[in-house]
Amino acid sequence: MASGTMLAKTFSRLGYHILVTNEYPSLIRGGHNVVTIRIATEKFASLDHNLHILVALNQETIDLHKNELSRGSVIIFDPHDGKPQESDFKEKSSKLLSIPLTDLVTKHRGDPVMRNTVALGATLALLGADFAKLSQVITDQFGRKGQEVVGHNLAIAQEGYDYVKHNFAEFNSFYLDKPGKMVRQLIVNGSEAVGLGAVRAGLKFAAIYPMTPINALITFLADHAKDFGIIYKQPEDEIAGINMALGASVAGARSMVATSGGGFALMVEGLALSGMIEAPLVVDMGMRVGPATGMPTYTEQGELQFMIRAGHGEFPRIILAPGDAEEAYQLTFEAFNLADKYQIPVIMLTDKYLNESQWCVPESVFTDQVEIDRGKLITREPPGEFKRYRLDVPDGVSDRTLPGLPNGLFFANSYEHDETGQLATKGDQRKAMADKRLRKFKAIEKAGKAPAVLGLDDSEITFVSWGSTKGIILEAIKLLAQKGKKARLIHFSWLYPFPREAQKILSSDSRLILVEQNATGQLGQLVREATGIEIREKLLKYDGQPFFPEEIVKKVTQ
Amino acid sequence: MSTPAIDAYQTGRRPTWCPGCGNFGIWIALKNALAKLRIPPHEAFLVYGIGCHGNMYDWMKTYGFVGLHGRGLPVAQGAKLANHKLKVIAIAGDGDSLGEGGNHFLHAAKRNPDITIIIHDNEVYALTTGQASPTAKAGFKTKSTPGGVTDEPLNPLVLGIGAGATFVARGFSGDIPGLTNLITAAIEHKGFSVVDVLQPCISFDKVHTYNWYRERVYQLDSAYLPNNKLKALEKALEWGDKIPLGIFYQEDRPTSEDREPALTGRTLIEQPLEVAGWDHLLSEFI
Repeated sequence: MASGTMLAKTFSRLGYHILVTNEYPSLIRGGHNVVTIRIATEKFASLDHNLHILVALNQETIDLHKNELSRGSVIIFDPHDGKPQESDFKEKSSKLLSIPLTDLVTKHRGDPVMRNTVALGATLALLGADFAKLSQVITDQFGRKGQEVVGHNLAIAQEGYDYVKHNFAEFNSFYLDKPGKMVRQLIVNGSEAVGLGAVRAGLKFAAIYPMTPINALITFLADHAKDFGIIYKQPEDEIAGINMALGASVAGARSMVATSGGGFALMVEGLALSGMIEAPLVVDMGMRVGPATGMPTYTEQGELQFMIRAGHGEFPRIILAPGDAEEAYQLTFEAFNLADKYQIPVIMLTDKYLNESQWCVPESVFTDQVEIDRGKLITREPPGEFKRYRLDVPDGVSDRTLPGLPNGLFFANSYEHDETGQLATKGDQRKAMADKRLRKFKAIEKAGKAPAVLGLDDSEITFVSWGSTKGIILEAIKLLAQKGKKARLIHFSWLYPFPREAQKILSSDSRLILVEQNATGQLGQLVREATGIEIREKLLKYDGQPFFPEEIVKKVTQ
Repeated sequence: MSTPAIDAYQTGRRPTWCPGCGNFGIWIALKNALAKLRIPPHEAFLVYGIGCHGNMYDWMKTYGFVGLHGRGLPVAQGAKLANHKLKVIAIAGDGDSLGEGGNHFLHAAKRNPDITIIIHDNEVYALTTGQASPTAKAGFKTKSTPGGVTDEPLNPLVLGIGAGATFVARGFSGDIPGLTNLITAAIEHKGFSVVDVLQPCISFDKVHTYNWYRERVYQLDSAYLPNNKLKALEKALEWGDKIPLGIFYQEDRPTSEDREPALTGRTLIEQPLEVAGWDHLLSEFI
C-alpha cells in the first residue's frame, strides 16, 4: 500500500494523472494482494484493461495475472521466487525482467517486505523518471521516523532504480511523455476525501465503529482530532455510535457516523430516532458485498433501496452518492449543510472501490470558497416563549436551541410530541407533527440536484448510473467514441428524494442502458417508481470487482 | 445563585405513574439534589430511556433527551463530549440499561464520562405490564416467568465496579432524604457515577413491597471505607435478610472529557468551525 502511494505521489508531483486501486482478501497476512496503478499524461477516470508492467512478488501473481498482460508488457520478478520462461509469454511478447529483489534488500539488511521498495525504484526507472522526485517523496513519507529510516529506504529504492538502469538500459518502451499543464494535485482515497469534506464543514464529533471500507476515515479523523478540535470516539458498537452522534448533534456539534451495510443495519433504529427528534446527522455508508458478512473487502452498490427504506415510521432523509474523490469531498461538505438546514439524517453512499482507491484531485478543488450554513440554529437566548417543534413553519423546519441556553428548553423526544417536545397522544396533534416532518420532503425536493448529463445531447446511447461507476462509464464513452459511437452518461449523485428534473432528462429517444454494481438494478427500481420509466437494458455486475470500461463497451457493441 | 425552588423543575404536567409508585421517591430526591447543588433547569441535560422511569421527563423541566429503550448512555456521552459544561444525568430502568443497553452500561463505566446514571431497579418491566427484568431474582414469578425466574440476576453494583465505574452506590426510593444525599454525591462526583435505586413496583410486584425493603435495608456506616474494589464487591453481593445501602465504591480517575485533547480550555461546541491550517493539511496529501 505504502509503495503504491509513494509511486502515485511521485508521478502526481511530476504532473501526471494517477489512479491507484487495491484488492485484497479479508486476511491480515497472506492471501493475494494487488495494487494497480494507472499513470497517464492526460486526465482519465478509471483503470483500463491494459496491464503494461507487472511487479510479481511471487509466482502466484504471474499465474493469476498473465492473461491481463497487454502486448509488449514487462514482468518484474525475483529469480528466488520462480523461473518463469519467456516462451510462456510468447503470445503477448512480454519481456521478463529478472531483478534480485531479495538479494538487494538483504545487502542493506532490510526486512523482506522492503522488496516492494526495490520494485518501486525499478518501476520508476522503467518509466524513465528521475530518482530525485521519488527521493523527495520517500523523505516526506518517512521523515517522522528519522534520518536513519529515510536513508535506509532511499538506499534500497536506489538499488532497484540502478539495477534497471545498468542491466536494462536499452529498454525504454515505457518511458513516459512529459505531462501537459502542471497542476498541484492531492493523492487521496475516497475516505480521506470524505474526511476532508467533513473537517472543512466543521465536523466536531464522529463515533465510528471500525468496519471495511471506511477505516481510512477513522485513521484520518483520529490522526487530526487534536489539530482541528475534533472528537473521534470509538463506540462499543454501531448502535452506540449513532446514539452518541445524536447526543452530540442535539447538544450542538456537527456530527457524523460511518459504517458499512452490516453496521448500518444496527444503526437503523437510531436513524429513525434522528428523523423523529429532527437531529442533523451525516452518515457515510460505505457499501461492500453483502448480504451479511458477504465479501467484506470487495465492492458493490447494493444498499440504495435499503437506505431509502431504512427506519421504522415515515420521516424525511437525503441520500447522496459521490462518483469520485472530488465529489466525495464536495458532497460531504454539502451533506453537513443539508443536515443542519433540514434537521434530518443525510446519507452518503460510498463504496469500497471509491473509499479505498487513491485518486488525484487538483488542489484547487479543496481551496474553493465554501460557506457553512447551520440553518435554524439559535445560539443566543431566545426571547419569549420558545417552541422547539413549532408547527407553523412552511418548510417543516423549526428553530433549535443549544442546550445550556436559558429559556431555550426542549425535549428531544423519541415519543410523538407537541411543539415543546412533550408527549402528545391525541390524533390531531400526531397528524400535525407528522405533517410538519414530512413537509420537509417538499422543501428538499426543490433543493434537489438534477443528475449530471455528461456527454453530447444527440448521443445514440445514454448510460444511467450512480456513484462510483461514473469514471468507468466515462472511460467507456471515450472508447466508444473511438469506434464512432456517441454515448453519454446520466450520473446521479443526488438520489433521494428523487430529483424531479430527472424525468425530463430520462425521457429521450436515446437508447437507455442502466449500469449498476448490484444484481437487481436498484436505481432502475427508483427511476421506475418515481417516473414510470422502465429502463429495460441493464448492465449489472455483482462479482465484487468494479467494472472495466471494456466490459461496458462490449455490452453496447455486441 | 440562590437555591432554585423545587417547583423550578416541574413542567406542570401531572405524573402518570401509579399512586405510590417507587418512581415518585426517585423523582423527588433528584429534584432535591439539583436544587441543593444549585443547578438551574437549563444547565441540566437529562437523558431518559424507555420504561416507566422514562416518563419522568413529561413532568421534569430541564433540557431533555428521551431516547430509545436502552440507548440513553451513548446519547448522554455524546452530549457530554459536545458540551461538558452541561450536567448530564441518565435516567434509566433496569431492563433499559442492563437488558437492552447492557453493553452500553459496561462501556460507559469503562470510559468514565462525568455522567450520573440513576437506575430505577424494580426487577420488572412495568410499562409492558410486568415481565421479569435482568435484576429479577431466581424464583420471582412474573408474567414472563410464571414458574419463577430461573436465571441468576444481574447485579448493577457488581457490574459497575467490575467495569470501571468510579462511583457506585445503592439507594432506596422509600428513603427520600438518604436518596437525596446519594444523588447529590453522585452528581458532585467527577466521573461515571452509578446510583442503583431499589424501588417497589406496586402494580406488578407483590413481593418486593415498601415493607419488604424496609425490613431489610441498612446504611453502610462510617466504618466502611468505599476505596477498595474487592471489599466493595463483597458488600455489593450481600443480599437477603440484610441489604446494604450507601456508597460502595468511589475513586478519582481522569474522565472521558479529561482525556480528549480537543477539550482543553473550551467545549467542543465553542471551537471554531472554520479550519485553521487547512493548507498545511492539504500538503500532507501532495
